[in-house]
Amino acid sequence: MNAPHTNTPAAAPSSDVRSEEMLLNMGPQHPSTHGVFRVVIRTDGEIVLDSESHVGYLHRCFEKHCESVSFLQSVLYTDRLDYLTSMGNNLAFSMAVERLYPDLKIPERAEHIRVICAELNRIASHLLAIGTYGMDIGAITPFLYCFRDREKILSIFESICGQRLNYNYVRPGGVAYDIDDSMIAAIKDFCGYFRPKAQEYDDLLSNNDIFVRRTANVGVLPKDLAISYGVTGPSLRGSGLKRDLRRDAPYSIYDRFKFDIPVGTGEKGTLGDCYDRYMVRVREMIESLKIVEQAVAQIPDGPFKSEQLKGKLRPPKGESFVRVENSRGELGFYVISDGKDVAARVKCRAPSFHNISLLSDISKGCMIADMVAIIGSLDIVMGEVDR
Amino acid sequence: MTPEKIHDALNAAHPGAVLAFDPNPKLPSIKVAPSAWKAAAKTLRDACGLDYLVCLTSVDRGAELEAIYTLETMGETRAPIHVRVLVPRENPVIPTVEDVWRTADWHEREAWDLMGIVFEGHHNLVRILCAEDWEGHPLRKDYKSPDTYHGIKNNVT
Repeated sequence: MNAPHTNTPAAAPSSDVRSEEMLLNMGPQHPSTHGVFRVVIRTDGEIVLDSESHVGYLHRCFEKHCESVSFLQSVLYTDRLDYLTSMGNNLAFSMAVERLYPDLKIPERAEHIRVICAELNRIASHLLAIGTYGMDIGAITPFLYCFRDREKILSIFESICGQRLNYNYVRPGGVAYDIDDSMIAAIKDFCGYFRPKAQEYDDLLSNNDIFVRRTANVGVLPKDLAISYGVTGPSLRGSGLKRDLRRDAPYSIYDRFKFDIPVGTGEKGTLGDCYDRYMVRVREMIESLKIVEQAVAQIPDGPFKSEQLKGKLRPPKGESFVRVENSRGELGFYVISDGKDVAARVKCRAPSFHNISLLSDISKGCMIADMVAIIGSLDIVMGEVDR
Repeated sequence: MTPEKIHDALNAAHPGAVLAFDPNPKLPSIKVAPSAWKAAAKTLRDACGLDYLVCLTSVDRGAELEAIYTLETMGETRAPIHVRVLVPRENPVIPTVEDVWRTADWHEREAWDLMGIVFEGHHNLVRILCAEDWEGHPLRKDYKSPDTYHGIKNNVT
Protein backbone atom coordinates (compact mmCIF):
# COMPACT_ATOMS: atom_id res chain seq x y z
CA MET A 1 0.00 0.00 0.00
CA ASN A 2 2.94 2.31 0.53
CA ALA A 3 4.75 3.73 -2.41
CA PRO A 4 8.49 3.24 -2.03
CA HIS A 5 10.12 6.24 -0.54
CA THR A 6 13.47 7.19 0.88
CA ASN A 7 14.33 8.96 4.06
CA THR A 8 17.27 10.94 2.92
CA PRO A 9 18.86 12.93 5.71
CA ALA A 10 18.87 16.64 5.19
CA ALA A 11 21.48 17.72 2.69
CA ALA A 12 24.63 19.36 3.96
CA PRO A 13 23.96 22.96 4.92
CA SER A 14 24.50 25.31 2.04
CA SER A 15 27.45 27.62 2.29
CA ASP A 16 25.49 30.70 3.35
CA VAL A 17 24.02 28.96 6.39
CA ARG A 18 26.43 29.14 9.28
CA SER A 19 26.23 26.18 11.58
CA GLU A 20 28.11 25.33 14.72
CA GLU A 21 28.68 22.06 16.40
CA MET A 22 26.93 21.63 19.71
CA LEU A 23 27.13 19.00 22.42
CA LEU A 24 23.69 17.84 23.43
CA ASN A 25 23.10 15.76 26.51
CA MET A 26 20.25 13.29 26.10
CA GLY A 27 19.34 11.53 29.30
CA PRO A 28 19.85 10.02 31.82
CA GLN A 29 16.31 11.21 32.60
CA HIS A 30 14.74 11.10 29.18
CA PRO A 31 11.52 9.27 28.33
CA SER A 32 12.82 7.74 25.12
CA THR A 33 15.89 6.10 26.67
CA HIS A 34 13.73 3.47 28.41
CA GLY A 35 15.45 3.90 31.73
CA VAL A 36 18.46 5.86 32.84
CA PHE A 37 20.74 5.95 29.84
CA ARG A 38 22.76 8.97 28.74
CA VAL A 39 23.97 9.78 25.26
CA VAL A 40 26.15 12.79 24.59
CA ILE A 41 25.47 13.84 21.03
CA ARG A 42 27.69 16.11 18.96
CA THR A 43 25.29 17.82 16.62
CA ASP A 44 25.45 19.96 13.55
CA GLY A 45 22.03 21.53 13.53
CA GLU A 46 19.65 18.57 13.59
CA ILE A 47 22.23 16.06 12.38
CA VAL A 48 24.06 13.72 14.74
CA LEU A 49 27.76 13.83 13.94
CA ASP A 50 28.89 11.60 16.74
CA SER A 51 27.63 10.25 20.02
CA GLU A 52 28.96 8.69 23.17
CA SER A 53 26.94 6.37 25.41
CA HIS A 54 27.17 6.42 29.19
CA VAL A 55 25.71 3.55 31.18
CA GLY A 56 25.90 2.44 34.79
CA TYR A 57 23.21 4.57 36.44
CA LEU A 58 21.35 1.47 37.60
CA HIS A 59 24.44 -0.47 38.60
CA ARG A 60 23.95 -2.43 41.82
CA CYS A 61 26.63 -5.10 41.28
CA PHE A 62 24.25 -8.01 40.83
CA GLU A 63 27.24 -10.30 40.41
CA LYS A 64 28.58 -9.33 43.84
CA HIS A 65 25.15 -9.97 45.38
CA CYS A 66 25.26 -13.51 44.04
CA GLU A 67 28.53 -14.10 45.89
CA SER A 68 26.91 -13.25 49.22
CA VAL A 69 23.46 -14.87 49.07
CA SER A 70 22.49 -18.48 48.42
CA PHE A 71 21.77 -19.85 44.96
CA LEU A 72 18.04 -19.83 45.59
CA GLN A 73 18.13 -16.23 46.78
CA SER A 74 20.13 -15.24 43.70
CA VAL A 75 17.18 -16.23 41.51
CA LEU A 76 15.33 -13.30 43.02
CA TYR A 77 18.05 -10.90 41.90
CA THR A 78 17.89 -12.22 38.34
CA ASP A 79 14.29 -10.98 38.21
CA ARG A 80 15.64 -7.44 38.33
CA LEU A 81 17.97 -7.79 35.35
CA ASP A 82 15.62 -7.62 32.40
CA TYR A 83 12.54 -6.91 34.48
CA LEU A 84 10.25 -7.32 31.48
CA THR A 85 11.30 -10.95 30.92
CA SER A 86 11.82 -12.21 34.43
CA MET A 87 10.72 -15.74 33.54
CA GLY A 88 13.53 -16.03 31.00
CA ASN A 89 16.08 -14.66 33.49
CA ASN A 90 14.97 -17.16 36.14
CA LEU A 91 15.16 -19.94 33.57
CA ALA A 92 18.68 -19.09 32.40
CA PHE A 93 20.08 -18.84 35.91
CA SER A 94 18.30 -21.99 37.08
CA MET A 95 19.63 -23.93 34.11
CA ALA A 96 23.17 -22.71 34.79
CA VAL A 97 22.91 -23.97 38.39
CA GLU A 98 21.31 -27.24 37.29
CA ARG A 99 24.14 -27.93 34.86
CA LEU A 100 26.58 -28.04 37.79
CA TYR A 101 24.86 -31.24 38.96
CA PRO A 102 26.00 -34.26 36.95
CA ASP A 103 22.78 -36.30 36.65
CA LEU A 104 19.92 -34.00 37.32
CA LYS A 105 16.59 -34.76 35.64
CA ILE A 106 14.02 -32.00 35.45
CA PRO A 107 10.44 -33.37 35.51
CA GLU A 108 8.56 -33.17 32.22
CA ARG A 109 5.73 -31.14 33.69
CA ALA A 110 8.19 -28.55 35.00
CA GLU A 111 9.85 -28.26 31.58
CA HIS A 112 6.47 -27.65 29.93
CA ILE A 113 5.50 -25.04 32.50
CA ARG A 114 8.85 -23.33 32.00
CA VAL A 115 8.40 -23.13 28.24
CA ILE A 116 4.82 -21.88 28.54
CA CYS A 117 5.83 -19.16 31.00
CA ALA A 118 8.93 -18.12 29.06
CA GLU A 119 6.98 -17.77 25.82
CA LEU A 120 4.04 -15.94 27.39
CA ASN A 121 6.58 -13.63 28.96
CA ARG A 122 8.20 -13.08 25.57
CA ILE A 123 4.82 -12.02 24.16
CA ALA A 124 4.29 -9.65 27.09
CA SER A 125 7.76 -8.20 26.64
CA HIS A 126 7.37 -7.71 22.88
CA LEU A 127 3.95 -6.13 23.43
CA LEU A 128 5.56 -3.57 25.69
CA ALA A 129 8.45 -3.11 23.26
CA ILE A 130 6.28 -2.36 20.24
CA GLY A 131 3.79 -0.33 22.28
CA THR A 132 6.42 1.96 23.74
CA TYR A 133 8.22 2.08 20.40
CA GLY A 134 5.10 3.50 18.80
CA MET A 135 4.87 5.98 21.64
CA ASP A 136 8.51 7.03 21.21
CA ILE A 137 7.68 7.95 17.66
CA GLY A 138 4.44 9.69 18.53
CA ALA A 139 1.68 7.08 18.23
CA ILE A 140 -0.09 6.79 21.58
CA THR A 141 -3.00 4.52 20.61
CA PRO A 142 -1.10 1.28 19.84
CA PHE A 143 0.48 1.51 23.28
CA LEU A 144 -2.95 1.29 24.91
CA TYR A 145 -3.92 -1.71 22.76
CA CYS A 146 -0.66 -3.47 23.62
CA PHE A 147 -1.09 -2.88 27.32
CA ARG A 148 -4.66 -4.18 27.16
CA ASP A 149 -3.33 -7.52 25.90
CA ARG A 150 -0.23 -7.56 28.08
CA GLU A 151 -2.53 -7.15 31.07
CA LYS A 152 -4.11 -10.52 30.29
CA ILE A 153 -0.72 -12.24 30.42
CA LEU A 154 0.19 -10.50 33.66
CA SER A 155 -3.11 -11.68 35.16
CA ILE A 156 -2.25 -15.26 34.19
CA PHE A 157 1.16 -14.90 35.81
CA GLU A 158 -0.44 -13.40 38.88
CA SER A 159 -2.64 -16.45 39.27
CA ILE A 160 0.33 -18.78 38.69
CA CYS A 161 2.86 -17.24 41.07
CA GLY A 162 1.28 -14.23 42.76
CA GLN A 163 3.48 -11.68 41.02
CA ARG A 164 2.91 -9.47 38.04
CA LEU A 165 6.46 -8.44 37.17
CA ASN A 166 9.27 -10.03 39.23
CA TYR A 167 8.12 -13.61 39.34
CA ASN A 168 10.89 -15.59 41.07
CA TYR A 169 8.97 -18.57 39.71
CA VAL A 170 11.40 -20.76 37.76
CA ARG A 171 13.87 -22.15 40.27
CA PRO A 172 16.73 -24.65 40.12
CA GLY A 173 15.08 -28.08 39.89
CA GLY A 174 11.74 -27.02 38.47
CA VAL A 175 9.24 -24.30 39.21
CA ALA A 176 7.99 -22.88 42.51
CA TYR A 177 4.30 -23.85 42.28
CA ASP A 178 2.24 -26.17 40.14
CA ILE A 179 -0.36 -24.82 37.74
CA ASP A 180 -3.92 -26.12 37.90
CA ASP A 181 -6.66 -26.67 35.33
CA SER A 182 -8.15 -23.22 35.71
CA MET A 183 -4.79 -21.66 34.82
CA ILE A 184 -4.39 -23.92 31.81
CA ALA A 185 -7.91 -22.92 30.72
CA ALA A 186 -6.94 -19.25 31.11
CA ILE A 187 -3.84 -19.77 28.96
CA LYS A 188 -5.93 -21.54 26.29
CA ASP A 189 -8.43 -18.68 26.38
CA PHE A 190 -5.64 -16.21 25.91
CA CYS A 191 -4.26 -18.10 22.90
CA GLY A 192 -7.67 -17.99 21.23
CA TYR A 193 -8.03 -14.33 22.08
CA PHE A 194 -4.58 -13.18 21.02
CA ARG A 195 -4.20 -14.79 17.60
CA PRO A 196 -6.49 -12.38 15.71
CA LYS A 197 -4.98 -9.40 17.51
CA ALA A 198 -1.80 -9.42 15.44
CA GLN A 199 -3.84 -8.02 12.57
CA GLU A 200 -4.90 -5.17 14.83
CA TYR A 201 -1.28 -4.18 15.50
CA ASP A 202 -0.53 -4.31 11.80
CA ASP A 203 -3.49 -2.07 11.05
CA LEU A 204 -2.62 0.37 13.81
CA LEU A 205 1.14 0.59 13.50
CA SER A 206 2.94 -1.68 11.04
CA ASN A 207 1.10 -0.33 8.01
CA ASN A 208 0.78 3.19 9.29
CA ASP A 209 2.46 5.42 6.75
CA ILE A 210 3.82 7.87 9.32
CA PHE A 211 5.32 5.04 11.34
CA VAL A 212 6.86 3.46 8.23
CA ARG A 213 8.41 6.76 7.19
CA ARG A 214 9.91 7.24 10.64
CA THR A 215 11.46 3.77 10.80
CA ALA A 216 12.24 2.51 7.28
CA ASN A 217 15.83 3.20 6.15
CA VAL A 218 16.65 4.55 9.61
CA GLY A 219 19.40 3.08 11.80
CA VAL A 220 20.52 0.45 9.33
CA LEU A 221 22.52 -2.26 11.11
CA PRO A 222 24.62 -4.31 8.68
CA LYS A 223 25.02 -7.99 9.47
CA ASP A 224 28.80 -7.99 9.92
CA LEU A 225 28.69 -5.05 12.33
CA ALA A 226 25.98 -6.79 14.33
CA ILE A 227 28.13 -9.92 14.60
CA SER A 228 31.22 -7.99 15.65
CA TYR A 229 29.22 -6.32 18.41
CA GLY A 230 27.68 -9.61 19.49
CA VAL A 231 24.15 -8.36 18.86
CA THR A 232 21.55 -11.09 19.32
CA GLY A 233 17.81 -11.55 19.44
CA PRO A 234 15.31 -9.63 17.32
CA SER A 235 17.89 -6.90 16.67
CA LEU A 236 20.19 -9.43 14.98
CA ARG A 237 17.38 -11.22 13.16
CA GLY A 238 16.21 -7.85 11.87
CA SER A 239 19.50 -7.73 9.98
CA GLY A 240 18.57 -10.92 8.18
CA LEU A 241 20.54 -13.55 10.08
CA LYS A 242 18.40 -16.53 11.04
CA ARG A 243 19.84 -17.31 14.45
CA ASP A 244 17.74 -18.35 17.40
CA LEU A 245 19.06 -20.52 20.23
CA ARG A 246 15.66 -22.14 20.64
CA ARG A 247 16.20 -23.78 17.27
CA ASP A 248 20.00 -23.71 16.84
CA ALA A 249 21.01 -24.99 20.29
CA PRO A 250 17.74 -26.19 21.78
CA TYR A 251 17.61 -26.12 25.55
CA SER A 252 14.81 -27.31 27.84
CA ILE A 253 12.31 -29.01 25.48
CA TYR A 254 12.27 -26.51 22.63
CA ASP A 255 13.29 -29.17 20.10
CA ARG A 256 9.79 -30.67 20.34
CA PHE A 257 7.91 -27.65 19.06
CA LYS A 258 7.30 -26.40 15.55
CA PHE A 259 7.77 -22.68 15.01
CA ASP A 260 9.30 -20.32 12.49
CA ILE A 261 12.03 -17.77 13.01
CA PRO A 262 11.04 -14.44 11.47
CA VAL A 263 13.90 -12.42 10.01
CA GLY A 264 14.12 -8.96 8.54
CA THR A 265 13.75 -8.69 4.79
CA GLY A 266 14.02 -4.98 4.19
CA GLU A 267 10.39 -4.99 3.10
CA LYS A 268 9.82 -1.24 3.53
CA GLY A 269 13.34 0.03 3.14
CA THR A 270 16.82 -1.35 3.75
CA LEU A 271 17.65 -4.68 5.33
CA GLY A 272 18.44 -4.18 9.01
CA ASP A 273 16.62 -0.89 9.52
CA CYS A 274 14.43 0.02 12.48
CA TYR A 275 11.33 -1.23 10.71
CA ASP A 276 12.82 -4.70 10.24
CA ARG A 277 13.72 -4.98 13.91
CA TYR A 278 10.23 -3.87 14.86
CA MET A 279 8.56 -6.27 12.46
CA VAL A 280 10.56 -9.24 13.73
CA ARG A 281 9.09 -8.63 17.18
CA VAL A 282 5.55 -8.40 15.88
CA ARG A 283 5.93 -11.69 14.03
CA GLU A 284 7.73 -13.43 16.88
CA MET A 285 4.71 -12.99 19.12
CA ILE A 286 2.68 -15.29 16.89
CA GLU A 287 5.51 -17.84 16.81
CA SER A 288 5.65 -17.77 20.61
CA LEU A 289 1.91 -18.28 20.65
CA LYS A 290 2.36 -21.41 18.51
CA ILE A 291 4.82 -22.80 21.07
CA VAL A 292 2.47 -22.02 23.96
CA GLU A 293 -0.41 -23.77 22.19
CA GLN A 294 1.66 -26.88 21.52
CA ALA A 295 3.07 -26.99 25.03
CA VAL A 296 -0.35 -26.57 26.65
CA ALA A 297 -1.77 -29.33 24.46
CA GLN A 298 0.83 -31.87 25.53
CA ILE A 299 1.54 -30.90 29.15
CA PRO A 300 1.83 -34.13 31.18
CA ASP A 301 0.89 -34.78 34.79
CA GLY A 302 3.54 -35.40 37.38
CA PRO A 303 5.83 -33.53 39.76
CA PHE A 304 6.63 -29.90 39.08
CA LYS A 305 10.04 -29.90 40.73
CA SER A 306 12.88 -32.33 41.00
CA GLU A 307 13.09 -34.52 44.08
CA GLN A 308 16.87 -34.55 43.70
CA LEU A 309 17.25 -30.92 44.77
CA LYS A 310 16.03 -30.55 48.31
CA GLY A 311 16.96 -28.20 51.11
CA LYS A 312 19.84 -25.81 50.69
CA LEU A 313 21.47 -25.98 47.26
CA ARG A 314 25.13 -26.94 47.34
CA PRO A 315 26.10 -27.62 43.73
CA PRO A 316 29.25 -29.69 43.27
CA LYS A 317 32.49 -27.91 42.55
CA GLY A 318 32.63 -26.85 38.93
CA GLU A 319 31.82 -24.26 36.30
CA SER A 320 28.97 -23.94 33.85
CA PHE A 321 27.91 -21.61 31.09
CA VAL A 322 24.33 -21.64 29.88
CA ARG A 323 22.51 -19.38 27.46
CA VAL A 324 18.85 -19.03 26.63
CA GLU A 325 17.11 -17.05 23.92
CA ASN A 326 15.49 -14.28 25.90
CA SER A 327 13.19 -11.71 24.37
CA ARG A 328 16.09 -9.27 23.85
CA GLY A 329 18.69 -11.80 22.79
CA GLU A 330 20.97 -14.39 24.29
CA LEU A 331 21.04 -14.24 28.05
CA GLY A 332 23.88 -16.27 29.52
CA PHE A 333 25.18 -17.08 32.97
CA TYR A 334 28.69 -18.25 33.81
CA VAL A 335 28.45 -19.81 37.26
CA ILE A 336 31.41 -21.03 39.29
CA SER A 337 30.72 -23.13 42.38
CA ASP A 338 33.29 -24.29 44.88
CA GLY A 339 30.89 -26.70 46.60
CA LYS A 340 29.43 -24.17 49.03
CA ASP A 341 25.87 -22.87 49.25
CA VAL A 342 27.04 -19.55 47.84
CA ALA A 343 28.38 -19.10 44.32
CA ALA A 344 32.08 -18.30 43.94
CA ARG A 345 31.37 -16.18 40.87
CA VAL A 346 28.36 -15.42 38.71
CA LYS A 347 28.74 -13.57 35.45
CA CYS A 348 25.73 -12.40 33.51
CA ARG A 349 25.99 -12.06 29.74
CA ALA A 350 23.26 -9.53 29.14
CA PRO A 351 21.92 -9.09 25.60
CA SER A 352 21.05 -5.41 26.01
CA PHE A 353 24.64 -4.64 27.04
CA HIS A 354 25.81 -5.77 23.60
CA ASN A 355 22.85 -4.34 21.72
CA ILE A 356 23.21 -0.78 23.00
CA SER A 357 27.00 -0.63 22.69
CA LEU A 358 26.78 -0.12 18.92
CA LEU A 359 24.50 2.90 19.15
CA SER A 360 27.18 5.42 18.23
CA ASP A 361 28.10 3.39 15.13
CA ILE A 362 24.64 3.18 13.60
CA SER A 363 23.47 6.66 14.55
CA LYS A 364 26.17 8.64 12.75
CA GLY A 365 24.65 11.05 10.29
CA CYS A 366 21.05 10.57 11.36
CA MET A 367 18.67 13.23 12.69
CA ILE A 368 18.27 13.72 16.43
CA ALA A 369 14.66 12.54 16.21
CA ASP A 370 15.89 9.37 14.52
CA MET A 371 18.15 8.73 17.47
CA VAL A 372 14.98 8.14 19.48
CA ALA A 373 13.72 5.75 16.81
CA ILE A 374 17.02 3.83 16.85
CA ILE A 375 17.22 3.46 20.64
CA GLY A 376 13.61 2.29 20.70
CA SER A 377 14.18 -0.24 17.93
CA LEU A 378 17.10 -1.80 19.81
CA ASP A 379 14.67 -2.36 22.71
CA ILE A 380 17.02 -2.14 25.67
CA VAL A 381 16.28 -2.62 29.34
CA MET A 382 18.72 -0.73 31.51
CA GLY A 383 18.27 -3.08 34.44
CA GLU A 384 20.17 -5.63 32.40
CA VAL A 385 22.74 -3.28 30.85
CA ASP A 386 23.86 -1.93 34.22
CA ARG A 387 23.24 -5.05 36.29
CA MET B 1 35.11 -26.17 14.02
CA THR B 2 35.32 -28.62 16.89
CA PRO B 3 37.28 -27.63 20.01
CA GLU B 4 39.99 -30.14 19.03
CA LYS B 5 40.41 -28.58 15.59
CA ILE B 6 40.51 -25.08 17.09
CA HIS B 7 43.18 -26.22 19.51
CA ASP B 8 45.24 -27.78 16.72
CA ALA B 9 44.94 -24.72 14.49
CA LEU B 10 45.98 -22.44 17.33
CA ASN B 11 48.89 -24.67 18.26
CA ALA B 12 50.10 -24.80 14.67
CA ALA B 13 49.89 -21.04 14.14
CA HIS B 14 51.37 -20.02 17.49
CA PRO B 15 53.66 -22.68 18.95
CA GLY B 16 53.92 -22.32 22.70
CA ALA B 17 50.85 -20.09 23.01
CA VAL B 18 48.50 -22.84 24.20
CA LEU B 19 49.25 -23.76 27.80
CA ALA B 20 46.43 -26.24 28.42
CA PHE B 21 43.42 -27.75 26.69
CA ASP B 22 40.29 -29.20 28.24
CA PRO B 23 37.95 -30.88 25.71
CA ASN B 24 35.13 -31.28 28.27
CA PRO B 25 32.02 -31.18 26.02
CA LYS B 26 30.06 -29.13 28.53
CA LEU B 27 32.73 -26.45 28.83
CA PRO B 28 35.57 -26.85 26.30
CA SER B 29 38.39 -24.51 27.15
CA ILE B 30 41.85 -23.50 25.98
CA LYS B 31 44.37 -21.75 28.20
CA VAL B 32 46.44 -19.20 26.28
CA ALA B 33 49.55 -17.32 27.40
CA PRO B 34 48.84 -13.60 27.92
CA SER B 35 51.78 -12.52 25.74
CA ALA B 36 50.43 -14.52 22.78
CA TRP B 37 46.76 -13.68 23.29
CA LYS B 38 46.51 -10.81 20.82
CA ALA B 39 47.91 -12.80 17.90
CA ALA B 40 45.96 -15.88 18.96
CA ALA B 41 42.73 -13.87 19.00
CA LYS B 42 43.23 -12.81 15.39
CA THR B 43 43.86 -16.45 14.39
CA LEU B 44 40.76 -17.56 16.25
CA ARG B 45 38.63 -15.02 14.44
CA ASP B 46 40.08 -15.27 10.93
CA ALA B 47 41.28 -18.86 10.61
CA CYS B 48 38.86 -20.59 13.01
CA GLY B 49 35.84 -18.44 12.17
CA LEU B 50 35.05 -17.51 15.77
CA ASP B 51 33.54 -14.16 14.86
CA TYR B 52 31.33 -13.74 17.90
CA LEU B 53 32.63 -12.84 21.37
CA VAL B 54 29.76 -14.09 23.51
CA CYS B 55 31.05 -12.99 26.86
CA LEU B 56 34.10 -11.92 28.82
CA THR B 57 34.09 -13.28 32.35
CA SER B 58 36.66 -12.09 34.86
CA VAL B 59 37.44 -14.34 37.81
CA ASP B 60 39.49 -13.82 40.95
CA ARG B 61 41.55 -17.01 41.38
CA GLY B 62 43.57 -15.82 44.37
CA ALA B 63 47.16 -15.41 43.20
CA GLU B 64 45.97 -14.92 39.65
CA LEU B 65 43.19 -13.08 37.87
CA GLU B 66 41.53 -14.81 34.97
CA ALA B 67 39.75 -13.52 31.90
CA ILE B 68 37.53 -16.07 30.18
CA TYR B 69 36.67 -15.21 26.59
CA THR B 70 33.65 -17.18 25.42
CA LEU B 71 33.79 -17.47 21.64
CA GLU B 72 31.47 -18.84 19.01
CA THR B 73 30.73 -18.73 15.31
CA MET B 74 27.55 -16.76 14.75
CA GLY B 75 26.34 -18.86 11.82
CA GLU B 76 27.13 -22.23 13.40
CA THR B 77 25.56 -24.17 16.21
CA ARG B 78 27.72 -25.82 18.80
CA ALA B 79 28.79 -25.27 22.37
CA PRO B 80 30.94 -22.15 22.57
CA ILE B 81 34.63 -22.48 23.36
CA HIS B 82 36.18 -20.71 26.33
CA VAL B 83 39.64 -19.18 26.12
CA ARG B 84 41.28 -18.65 29.50
CA VAL B 85 43.98 -16.03 30.00
CA LEU B 86 45.53 -15.94 33.48
CA VAL B 87 47.69 -13.10 34.72
CA PRO B 88 49.40 -12.51 38.09
CA ARG B 89 47.44 -10.47 40.61
CA GLU B 90 50.27 -7.96 41.17
CA ASN B 91 50.54 -7.14 37.48
CA PRO B 92 47.28 -8.08 35.75
CA VAL B 93 47.93 -6.94 32.18
CA ILE B 94 46.30 -8.53 29.13
CA PRO B 95 46.56 -7.13 25.59
CA THR B 96 43.30 -5.67 24.36
CA VAL B 97 41.27 -7.38 21.62
CA GLU B 98 38.85 -4.52 21.02
CA ASP B 99 40.02 -4.30 17.42
CA VAL B 100 39.35 -8.02 16.89
CA TRP B 101 35.80 -8.07 18.31
CA ARG B 102 34.19 -4.65 18.65
CA THR B 103 32.13 -5.76 21.63
CA ALA B 104 35.36 -6.37 23.60
CA ASP B 105 35.55 -2.60 24.09
CA TRP B 106 32.78 -2.41 26.69
CA HIS B 107 33.52 -5.86 28.11
CA GLU B 108 37.13 -4.97 28.83
CA ARG B 109 36.05 -1.73 30.45
CA GLU B 110 33.70 -3.75 32.65
CA ALA B 111 36.42 -6.24 33.58
CA TRP B 112 38.74 -3.35 34.45
CA ASP B 113 36.04 -1.60 36.45
CA LEU B 114 34.87 -4.57 38.50
CA MET B 115 37.94 -6.84 38.59
CA GLY B 116 40.87 -4.53 37.93
CA ILE B 117 42.36 -6.30 34.93
CA VAL B 118 44.33 -3.86 32.78
CA PHE B 119 43.81 -4.24 29.03
CA GLU B 120 46.91 -2.88 27.41
CA GLY B 121 46.27 -0.81 24.30
CA HIS B 122 42.57 -0.18 24.99
CA HIS B 123 41.70 3.27 23.63
CA ASN B 124 39.51 4.32 26.53
CA LEU B 125 39.99 2.10 29.58
CA VAL B 126 37.78 3.94 32.07
CA ARG B 127 35.12 2.74 34.48
CA ILE B 128 31.84 1.86 32.81
CA LEU B 129 29.43 0.68 35.51
CA CYS B 130 30.78 2.18 38.76
CA ALA B 131 31.09 5.92 39.27
CA GLU B 132 34.22 7.52 37.83
CA ASP B 133 35.64 8.31 41.27
CA TRP B 134 34.91 4.89 42.76
CA GLU B 135 37.85 3.26 44.49
CA GLY B 136 38.82 -0.37 44.23
CA HIS B 137 37.45 -3.20 42.10
CA PRO B 138 34.32 -4.65 43.73
CA LEU B 139 34.47 -8.20 42.38
CA ARG B 140 37.89 -8.95 43.83
CA LYS B 141 37.60 -11.28 46.78
CA ASP B 142 39.61 -8.98 49.06
CA TYR B 143 37.48 -5.93 48.26
CA LYS B 144 36.27 -3.90 51.22
CA SER B 145 33.29 -1.67 50.57
CA PRO B 146 33.89 1.94 51.65
CA ASP B 147 32.36 3.27 54.87
CA THR B 148 31.14 6.43 53.21
CA TYR B 149 30.74 7.64 49.66
CA HIS B 150 30.25 11.39 49.17
CA GLY B 151 28.81 11.64 52.66
CA ILE B 152 26.46 8.68 52.18
CA LYS B 153 26.98 6.22 55.02
CA ASN B 154 27.25 2.53 54.26
CA ASN B 155 25.23 0.73 56.92
CA VAL B 156 25.26 -2.66 55.26
CA THR B 157 28.63 -4.03 56.30
